[in-house]
Amino acid sequence: MAEPKIKYDRQLRIWGEQGQAALEKASICLLNCGPTGSETLKNLVLGGVGSITVIDGSKVDAGDLGNNFMVDESSVGQSKAKCVCAFLQELNDAVKAKFIEEYPESLIETNPSFFSQFTLVVATQLGEDSMLKLDRICREANVMLIFARSYGLTGFVRISVKEHTVVESKPDHFLDDLRLNNPWPELRRFAESIDLDVQDTVAHKHTPYVVILVKMADKWAKSHGGSLPSTREEKKEFKDLLKASMVAADEDNYREAIEASFKVFAPRGISSDLQQILNDNRAEVDSNSSDFWVMVAALKEFIANEGSGEAPLEGSIPDMTSSTELYVNLQNIFQAKAEADCLVIEQRVRYILKKIGKDPNSISKTTVKSFCRNARKLRVCRYRSIEDEFNSPILPELQKYLTDEDYSVAVGFYILLRAVDRFAANYNSFPGQFHGGMDEDISRLKTTAVGLLSDLGCNGSTLTEDLINEMCRFGASQLHAVAAFIGGIASQEVIKLITRQFVPMSGTFIFNGIDHKSQLLCL
Amino acid sequence: MADTEAQPSRSRDLDKLLLRPGNLVGANFDPGEELRDDLAKSAKVLVVGAGGLGCELLKDLALSGFQNLEVIDMDRIEVTNLNRQFLFRFEDVGKPKAEVAAKRVMERVSGVNIKPHYGRIEDKEIDFYSDFIIIALGLDSIEARSYINAVACSFLEYDCDDNAREETIKPMVDGGTEGFKGHARVILPGVTPCFECTIWLFPPQVKFPLCTLAETPRTAAHCIEYAHLIKWDEVHSGKAFDPDDPEHMKWVYNEAVKRAELFGIPGVTYSLTQGVVKNIIPAIASTNAIISAACALETLKLASGCSKTLSNYLTYNGAEGLHTKVTEFVRDKDCLVCGPGVLIELETSITLQKFIGLLEEHPKLLLSKASVTHQGNNLYMQAPPVLEEMTRSNLSLPLFDLMGKTTKTTLHVTGTTSKNDKKTSVLRKLRVVFKGVDGVTDMDTAGGA
Repeated sequence: MAEPKIKYDRQLRIWGEQGQAALEKASICLLNCGPTGSETLKNLVLGGVGSITVIDGSKVDAGDLGNNFMVDESSVGQSKAKCVCAFLQELNDAVKAKFIEEYPESLIETNPSFFSQFTLVVATQLGEDSMLKLDRICREANVMLIFARSYGLTGFVRISVKEHTVVESKPDHFLDDLRLNNPWPELRRFAESIDLDVQDTVAHKHTPYVVILVKMADKWAKSHGGSLPSTREEKKEFKDLLKASMVAADEDNYREAIEASFKVFAPRGISSDLQQILNDNRAEVDSNSSDFWVMVAALKEFIANEGSGEAPLEGSIPDMTSSTELYVNLQNIFQAKAEADCLVIEQRVRYILKKIGKDPNSISKTTVKSFCRNARKLRVCRYRSIEDEFNSPILPELQKYLTDEDYSVAVGFYILLRAVDRFAANYNSFPGQFHGGMDEDISRLKTTAVGLLSDLGCNGSTLTEDLINEMCRFGASQLHAVAAFIGGIASQEVIKLITRQFVPMSGTFIFNGIDHKSQLLCL
Repeated sequence: MADTEAQPSRSRDLDKLLLRPGNLVGANFDPGEELRDDLAKSAKVLVVGAGGLGCELLKDLALSGFQNLEVIDMDRIEVTNLNRQFLFRFEDVGKPKAEVAAKRVMERVSGVNIKPHYGRIEDKEIDFYSDFIIIALGLDSIEARSYINAVACSFLEYDCDDNAREETIKPMVDGGTEGFKGHARVILPGVTPCFECTIWLFPPQVKFPLCTLAETPRTAAHCIEYAHLIKWDEVHSGKAFDPDDPEHMKWVYNEAVKRAELFGIPGVTYSLTQGVVKNIIPAIASTNAIISAACALETLKLASGCSKTLSNYLTYNGAEGLHTKVTEFVRDKDCLVCGPGVLIELETSITLQKFIGLLEEHPKLLLSKASVTHQGNNLYMQAPPVLEEMTRSNLSLPLFDLMGKTTKTTLHVTGTTSKNDKKTSVLRKLRVVFKGVDGVTDMDTAGGA
């Protein structure tokens, strides 16, 4: 209960001390501190990131006062980066905050090595050309990168990282690891030691459902040539058998057993998601492999050998109706098996490390343990480079989005957000940015968008007039509420990337501020 | 035009949306400087709650063209607020949230006026709430949402075809978060479902059975709740447990540790003890920012018509990837809160006192300790004592006379009702019809006297 941690209590309950430590070690660079960038950083500074560097070459003008909370009237005429940085520092003195008064575009151009000092770069309101260049720089330097932009009632967030691996993906709903369909000898023996036909009604209603189901499944298998219920009729029959075993109506443990019986029917072995990770080329490890892939290699061996097709046991059990004694015993049996599995994996990890010429102790026991506990939930996220996406988007996907009603507005905004950059390159301003000439801008934007679509291989595709008009009406404005939304999403993704917990978004998030039917586009 | 290139105005960006016509806009959209000025000068918005969502909402609304805001919150600032409630600093701990939040936003956004109210939402006169064009909710409790919802719905009137009268609709925008998840919704009473129509979206919290705590504890939480709910009362006869007293919390923690050791149960920590006892909901800045921004944007769109509005419920989940979903829920036509009101048929002779007694037994209401108002007149008030005394003499008078002998009218009653073994204050609208008076014969009444 160290004092400074109290203020982080509500977030420590989400990402724990480890996640917090990762945040406090991280150094974040922000490009452009308009409302989108400022709001992104605000959420990160509050959470206690290690350091921030704000980069913006512009001066505060009166227009900024209407959409950016980090500047006020006294800031007008001063460096925007300086003013935003000063306000952010006020929010949390544990954060090291600094600023550089320079335009990101020129920094990208003249000093690419500058970015390699950061854990992560948040690039806001960048044009297409700078995005492409920065993406190349950050990929080269292995610096994580997030793009965010708000534009009228739309905007986007896009992560660009070569590869992001997650051990603690913390999914909301995930089937617990009880092995009811494939109990190991100790669990089977424990179940056998308990008599379900006990006369004592108190004992009967306090037998945990895990024991009930293991025994029932065993009994079923014996009378069905070793197989478990698979057809609808068999499953119903199995549940009826459970119901018939109840001696009183108030037996919660039997009710739980009936509800959990699907866990007996579930297929054995690992999920296709995990199989895909095991099949990944990166699981063939060498001296350049990361700890994650070394552990995956060990996991693969375990599943093929000691695990007989199963991943290491997670080791925890959910709460269930039970006497304290039986529950605690059950918990110990699960934990012992998890520890034994983990030990095997650890030995394999050390052996592999040695084989690839690394220090066999370079991966800690705690790390291996966490990996084993989460083995079924591993995630690997990869992101296409901006260049690849922009020059050769996945065409079938793009065509699908263009014809799918649910996606039509989002993909329309996606195209238009790129078209406005082309427009700006040609006409030196964004469509509708200044007063007057709206009709001309609308027709020019339409031509630009159609041209872009055909460059992407979608000849003949078009966007609705309404959406094109709307984009011109936006006139490159940054509305505070939209910037706060986009900035909120960007900061959330930053946190997931830095803590290496939870699963970051895939693709490009297109914000639809008209009716909130936002979408992720994977192109 | 005011926006020249050389000297951008403060509303440079907002003007694009408020001054220019569009095709994907609300039916009432009338772009122009007048709209912008109306928004700034006459549109009054109430923000309920000055916590994680409330702080963001105030900032977002102040930067969305609104200049007349009020905020109500009964809490004082705590250290654990500082990771997300960005208007508060360490030296503000202990001060009322509403006051500090209002002051900070006014300091930074010139031209904005925010009136803070430090107190309970239930302690405000119902009339207080009628003043606002939109009520934005940044709350973390179901009870408080229910209450404000009932207040907003109490302004709603129906025409003779049971259609909501547009000028009586008090829109609400509601947000809620938990960890990486949240929701934002737009409630137009009488048009879209009110909070009560979709109350099933908020299932009551599951409590541990006392026999589990007392006899078969299995988890750390069971041990903590045993110490908190059973052991505390056994040892401290009569002394109430105060979750904000660190001594009390430490005592519960120590007892929970002892019990856990006794049963061989792992996992009792001080942090978990606090979490279980206070039912702490994890909260982070980013989710609050996202949900509040959605709510503020909807407030701007509702007030100006500058775009379509959310119809009507947005869910957000950022834990596993990023998922947003819009669901169009439908109204419950028989909703006790936003419907036309519970119909009650009465004799003209019934006294106010008898009527109040009747509310207690009415199967749809089960309302005890009712205070009764009719068209803004207090017929009987349970509190404060001054008002009680002033209205007490009405109790023995016939209700029919008290309401100016109208045969068919609407009454508002507030009182308490029990839900899930918990007493909550509620506000109900009643349609009262008197029997045996000309023009009213053989009404088909539901659940009358």
